[in-house]
Amino acid sequence: MVLTGAEIVIRCLQEEKVEYVFGYPGGSVLFIYDELFKQDKVRHVLVRHEQGAVHAADGYARSTEKVGVAMVTSGPGVTNAVTGIATAYMDSIPLVIISGQVPTAYIGQDAFQEVDTVGITRPCVKHNFLVKDVRELAATIKKAFYLARSGRPGPVLVDIPKDISATKCEYVYPKTVSMRSYNPVIKGHQGQIKKAVQLLLEAKRPMIYTGGGVVLSDAADKLTRLVRQLGFPVTNTLMGLGGYPATDRQFVGMLGMHGTYEANMAMQHCDVLLAVGARFDDRVIGNPEHFAAVPRKIIHIDIDPSSISKRVKVDVPIVGDLPEVLEDIAKLLAASGDQPDEKSLKAWWKQIDEWRGKDCLKYDRKSRIIKPQHVVEKLYEVTKGEAFVCSDVGQHQMWAAQYYKFDKPRRWMNSGGLGTMGFGLPAAMGVQLAHPGSPVACVTGEGSIQMCIQELSTCKQYRLPVKIVLLNNGYLGMVRQWQQLFHGNRYAESYVDALPDFVKLAEAYGHVGMRIEKPGDVEGALKEAFKRKDDLVFMNFAIDPTENVYPMVQGGKGLTEMILSEEL
Amino acid sequence: MRHVISLLIENEAGALSRVSGLFSARAYNIESLTVAPTEDPSMSRMTIVSVGSDDIIEQITKQLNKLIEVVKVVDISEAAHIERELMLVKVRASGKDREEMKRMSDIFRGRIIDVTESTYVIELTGNTVKLDSFIEAIDRSLILETVRTGVCGIGRGDRVLKV
Repeated sequence: MVLTGAEIVIRCLQEEKVEYVFGYPGGSVLFIYDELFKQDKVRHVLVRHEQGAVHAADGYARSTEKVGVAMVTSGPGVTNAVTGIATAYMDSIPLVIISGQVPTAYIGQDAFQEVDTVGITRPCVKHNFLVKDVRELAATIKKAFYLARSGRPGPVLVDIPKDISATKCEYVYPKTVSMRSYNPVIKGHQGQIKKAVQLLLEAKRPMIYTGGGVVLSDAADKLTRLVRQLGFPVTNTLMGLGGYPATDRQFVGMLGMHGTYEANMAMQHCDVLLAVGARFDDRVIGNPEHFAAVPRKIIHIDIDPSSISKRVKVDVPIVGDLPEVLEDIAKLLAASGDQPDEKSLKAWWKQIDEWRGKDCLKYDRKSRIIKPQHVVEKLYEVTKGEAFVCSDVGQHQMWAAQYYKFDKPRRWMNSGGLGTMGFGLPAAMGVQLAHPGSPVACVTGEGSIQMCIQELSTCKQYRLPVKIVLLNNGYLGMVRQWQQLFHGNRYAESYVDALPDFVKLAEAYGHVGMRIEKPGDVEGALKEAFKRKDDLVFMNFAIDPTENVYPMVQGGKGLTEMILSEEL
Repeated sequence: MRHVISLLIENEAGALSRVSGLFSARAYNIESLTVAPTEDPSMSRMTIVSVGSDDIIEQITKQLNKLIEVVKVVDISEAAHIERELMLVKVRASGKDREEMKRMSDIFRGRIIDVTESTYVIELTGNTVKLDSFIEAIDRSLILETVRTGVCGIGRGDRVLKV
């Protein structure tokens, strides 16, 4: 069958069973948009800014097991998309981004809306392609989807010059992909797995630390079973929340810069650490020298060999797909007939419970000003822990991570790696489209929300009833917190003057706005908002402007050198 | 420690910039980098000389392997291997220097491949140390220009880098 390049693009998306393409048209992608128009299998969602398109595709991907797809035009379309692409790259989110490019003959001539897309995006994609021959288009798109979702997932960009999308050729969609240069490992090394099991059985103070890899590889069930089989304490990273049920007794909370006291203490003082799909990020283990000062054996399972022994030397590296490896460990454990040392484990739990006794997440519940923690707790109660929660970046992100108890994976969407303000609202759009009828909340701050607020218009167009929980303290709160603690209370440019009236703003976009000023009104407002199943409700909570996120490990400090509250 | 990393990479547009971009983005050091297609024109072979601790070199090889177009990576300096570099040196060669330059070139097994009344171009191959020694051995003020290819390397004996 002979098709144009543009027709081929749409055919390929249909073959990949793509439901939604998030995008914004422009000169270089006009032929492709023309073909989109002529069919109704792949639906297009018109965003208001290309950054929003990529975040929306990203949110869609995070909340499902599917690849998110975004489409942008050349030049500024691409440069606007870069923040979204880098966000997805840092968090290993599978995306395919299709970008238009100026016609082949114009490339390198400084043509209108020309930019070196492959060059600009190279450091923030898993891979990218410039299609120079229409006969390679279908195979390239097939490769793009394969690369995006296999191995350590990530965004893959396909740059298509305008003339390619207009040129005809014979179309065949390849059934399989084989690349001699790319063969991700699936099965873990059996010898290493044996060593790991041995270490786990000998552990006196074991700890399990899991990251975003568990969520991405859909290994949560297998992880949960293994953790229960072992009876060990488990902590999740910010990216890994939901990988293990937060309401379970064996869960000691999130670890890291704003992790719980018990999680950070247990992480530091364990003698055997099982790291699963996590990468010992600087926000997670603090100062690596301080962390390495305590001797412990580390087992590290990851699909990406370059994540292993990058920041922390490990003793037993296992490269492989998490579900496979966790299954192998569980089987070998069961077959061994041995049990972890019960007596030491009991003593270890006693120690952990003592740490837990600090109740590090306590806050002033009697405050007459709304406390942000209270809002998140009520959000958890009102949604019965069933909501998909998207967050922006800052204090509110940490409060959401600390106080919303995620029992299931793929319910918590946040920009953990790149820390992109503006991620929350567009991501929530993608999540809401993927899960129509499910409660979707966007926990945000007045700084972050304004970075992609134009997407309120997209929400109206597609009737996306996202519930926006704005924790409004009038400050770029996390910046203000650092300035208070480490820069002598000099609040350089962290106070945001002249904020808009968010209620009126929401109404101007055709949504429902609410302003909540008293702690007693928080629950009622949330209940009412979530009752409005068809409306986007923008809740502007006037929260305590001086509230800080605790516990806190200052950048560069050791994991156990925590600031627990204001008084310390 | 100095390491010599050899790799096979798909011979595609932009492949070189993926490698060089990786080194600059992650602040790895490159002493030299050479690249050319292999006997199989669909693939190029690159030799990178880098200096770093064992941990850094381990990361470099892992990060290189992670590049989608990289087919194979080997640190050939981990075992017996051969390194060669080609250098062209243009020197002033007139009067008494003319004979002296010819002699030095012979001692280092160089070849004079271009001759004018007042200059020679000397071609020299060898490992980095040998080329450095030649530069040291001749009168610096006579050097008009030098150009070096950077190191290319190969494992000794049965050690083969092939798909």
